[in-house]
Parts: sequence; structure tokens; C-alpha cells
Amino acid sequence: MVGIEQNFNQAELAQLARREHYTFFGLTLPYLVLVGAMIIVPIGWLFLLSFIGRDGSFSFENYERMINSKAYIRIFLTTFKISILTTLFCALLGYPLAYFMSQIPRKWANICMIGVLIPFWTSLLVRTYAWLVLLQKKGLVNTVAVDLGLLSEPIKFVHNTSGTLIGMVHIMLPFLILPLYANMRAIDPHCVKAASSLGATPVRAFWTVFFPLSMPGLIAGLLIVFVLCLGFYVTPAVLGGGKVIMAAMKISSNIELYFSWGAASALGVVLLVVTMLILFIASKLVSLDQFGQRS
Amino acid sequence: MGFLDQNVSETQIKLRGRLWLYILSAIILFLLIVPSLVVIPMSFSSSQYLEFPPKDWSFRWYENYFFSWKVENGFNDWMAATRTSLLVAVLTIFVATPIGTVAAYGLINSTSRLRAILFPIMISPMMVPIILIAIGLFYFYVQFKMVNSIVGLVLGHSLVAMPLVLIIVMSALKNYDMNQEKVARSLGASRPRAFIEITLPQIKFSLISASLISFLTSFDEIIISLFVAGGDNSTITRSMFLALRDQIDPTIAAISTVLIIISSGLLIMTQLLGRKAQ
Repeated sequence: MVGIEQNFNQAELAQLARREHYTFFGLTLPYLVLVGAMIIVPIGWLFLLSFIGRDGSFSFENYERMINSKAYIRIFLTTFKISILTTLFCALLGYPLAYFMSQIPRKWANICMIGVLIPFWTSLLVRTYAWLVLLQKKGLVNTVAVDLGLLSEPIKFVHNTSGTLIGMVHIMLPFLILPLYANMRAIDPHCVKAASSLGATPVRAFWTVFFPLSMPGLIAGLLIVFVLCLGFYVTPAVLGGGKVIMAAMKISSNIELYFSWGAASALGVVLLVVTMLILFIASKLVSLDQFGQRS
Repeated sequence: MGFLDQNVSETQIKLRGRLWLYILSAIILFLLIVPSLVVIPMSFSSSQYLEFPPKDWSFRWYENYFFSWKVENGFNDWMAATRTSLLVAVLTIFVATPIGTVAAYGLINSTSRLRAILFPIMISPMMVPIILIAIGLFYFYVQFKMVNSIVGLVLGHSLVAMPLVLIIVMSALKNYDMNQEKVARSLGASRPRAFIEITLPQIKFSLISASLISFLTSFDEIIISLFVAGGDNSTITRSMFLALRDQIDPTIAAISTVLIIISSGLLIMTQLLGRKAQ
């Protein structure tokens, strides 16, 4: 009798547990429905649209145009060039600052952190506008450079690639510093100490112990920056002055100016696949919730 | 100059040897901060051309911002756009925060297998390039006649804000002992009551900071607004972006200053709340 009762209890408990699970799943439903209806379905539709040609039948014409057209090839090259250069400059500027912040007492590092967070929280458009003003021909950068004798005459920094790069590096830098600094803080300082007590010079201790240990943070930061650059729109549109055309801008102009959904979708699918591929690699290396997007 | 000989690292490097790093870091920090704030003094310049430092000071660009109901270009109705932005941002809080919070609660309590499947889907709005979300939404709204509507803007902005709410609330719930709810329920409380009376008060600071971040996300959003907002419902960032493509209007410096004050006010609030929550 006891055994039967126990079985009955177990069955009931199992049913209760299942009901619990349904309840919890149910709570995520409003969220899932919104994401499903407003992101997954429309993007699925864009995917289908990219395979429909001008005459309305199935074709690869949108993708063929992308491969054959010089304009598209140039857009891909520009997008990759800008993204790679931005990522590289972010690493060159971000690594020393993150390293410095990880070496000083936490109290001072938190103060420096404010400096990293101010641009992070200032509207993207405000910072882009600030660079537009600073870099123009009569802007502050030119005035100071000419006064100091660095330049013989003012140069035009905006409405070209260099202006776009300067603006993008400034906007992306916090995205590199935040994960990198978190990683460097977690490195046990005793490791470096041990290396130097075994006779390594400071430089050698840095390159053989500290630098390899900071790699996960650096890679995470680089990938975040690179992915965000690939889909960037606002800063190149304003600072590039129409001369720097990146993939996101082409997608937008295809729709706004030419109502050419097929071409826009095909480019969008390529952008999405590349982004997802990089994020997939990144997810194998670092936790996904570090990818905050503010662009 | 004795202070140059103090040790500044585990490897006994003297400050003298590290000085280059200190200087380099100071320069990088300077380059990070100054361009974000340089528009503030410029916005008080009286000149049409944004010079720095301004020769004469005036509030004329603020007057232009606050009192220009109709300017020749047509879309330069800055105050109307600001009102739309504020309305949409406040409504986004009330859509994104509750939906994100209950989803976080459900997700944290569900089996790890289900969580592994659902979490990547739920943070997809952060992963997918925003331009694709924008044109996808544009297509979606054309079908349902929601283009240029406040509802469309709020839903679009909520989609982008929800993953942030999800992540903030999930990390708060990770440190929360769910057994407290079990105790309440064993004493006869229903699940919603146990959640509202026991759990909610303990994660309220995270909820407030999630709300502030939802607000800011919506308020700063440009690309979705560019596609799905228009007509009478342009947002302030959208109007600014469109104006920037044409000319450098100093009014934008005044608007930027106001935006900086709003976002830094919210940032300080979230930081203070974060300290309180700990």
C-alpha cells in the first residue's frame, strides 16, 4: 500500500513540475511573440525576397548583381576596410588604457572609468556631430594644428575616410575597453610577480604572462567592435559626407531612394550571415551577454 | 623628484619607467571625454560658425530650439520632435520593462536546456544589425498601416530595449534566493502574490535601472526611427540626423547639450541606484 501511494505521489509531483515548467515558459511568451513577429518573421521575409528577381520569379539575380557589379564590390571592400581599421585603432588605443586602469588602485580606476562611460552614454549622434564640428576646415583640430605648426594649412578632415575613421574609433573605443578591462582586472597579479621573481624582465613578464592572459578580453572586444562596425550607419553617413558608402548605407538607400527591396534584402542577408558567423565564433570564446549594441 | 622612484607595479617598475604609460593613458582619456562634451561651450556661441572658444556668448541657439515652431525647411519643428521622443521613450519603459522582467523571471526558473535555446533568440535584437531590424519593421508596419505611428515607434524601440532589461533583471535574479517565494507560497500566497510581495521589492533597484536604460535606448535610437517615423511623428534624433546631412546648424549644438544633460542625469541615477542595490 505504501508503495502505491508513493508512486501516486511521484506521478502527481511530476505533473506539478511539468505545470511549473509550462508556467515559466508561458511568462516568456509575450517576449517571444514580439521578437518572433517583429524580427524573425520580417527578416525571414527579407531572406525570401532576396531570391526574387525583377520579374517576380525565383532567381539569384540579386546575388549575381552583387558579385558582378563594381559598385557592390567597392561597398564590401569599404565596409571591411573601415571595420578592420577601426578595430585596429581601437585595439592600439584601448589596450594601453585598459592596462593602465588595471594596474592602478581600484579607486582611481573607477574615476578613469567615468571617462570611458561618458562617451558610452552620450548619444551617438551628439558625438558624431561634435566630430563634424571639430574636424571641419575652420574647426578646433585644424586651428590648433596650424597654430602649433603641425600643419602648414588647414586640411579637410570631414566628409572623407579619415573623418569617418576618427569618429568611429571614438564611438567604438568603450566597447573594446569595457570587456578588456574586466578581463585584465581578473588576472591574478601574482602570476606576473612569479615570473619576475624567476628572473623575467618586466617587459618579458608582460609579453609571456600578462598579454596571453588578457587575450580572451582582447578578442571579445575586437569581435564586438568589428561586428558593430560592419552594420554601422549613422557616423559614416554624417562624417563620410556621401563619399564613404558602407553596407548599411547601401541597404538604406536601396529602399529609400530606389524602392529596390530585392537588392536591399540580398545585401542584408550577406551582412546578417557575416555578423552571425562572427558572433558564433565569439560565443565560443566569451559569454554572449557582453554584446551591448548602442549604434 | 623622489616620487618618480616609487614602485608602481608587481614587477618593481619605478614610476619613472612607467611615466609614458601614464601620459599616454591621460591623452587617450582626454580624447575620449573632450569630444563628447565640446558641444556644450559651443552651444552658447553667438556666431553662426561654430568656433571654439566662442568669441561672444548668447542663448540664441537655445531660443531657436525652444521657440522655433515653424522654420522654412518644414521639418525643423524641434520641440514637436522632442515631445514625440519623450512620449515614445516613456511608453517604451512601460512596454519593455514588464515584458522583459516576466521573461527574465520565466527564463531563470526554466530548465537549463530550454534556457539555452531561448536566450539566444531573446537577445537576437542586440545581435542582428539594427538596419535589418529597421527595414524588417518597415515592411511589417506597411502591412499593418503602422508606419509613422507612435505605437509602431514604441514597439520598435521596445524590441531593442527588451534584451537590456532581460540581462539586467536576470543578473539580479541570479543573486536572489527563489526559496523565499516557496516559503511565501507554502504559507498560502499565490504565485503572483508571492512574486509581487516578496521578489519584486528585492529586485526593485534593478527594475528602476532597467527602466532608465529602456528610456535612454529609445530616446537615443536613430535608425529604426529613420524608417518607421515620419510626418508629424518625427523623433528628435531623426530630425537631427536629417538636418546634419544637410548643414551644420548650431541649433543642434544646443539640442546636443540638452541630450547630454538628460543622459548624464540618467547615468548618475543608475550609478547611485546600483550602489544602493549593493
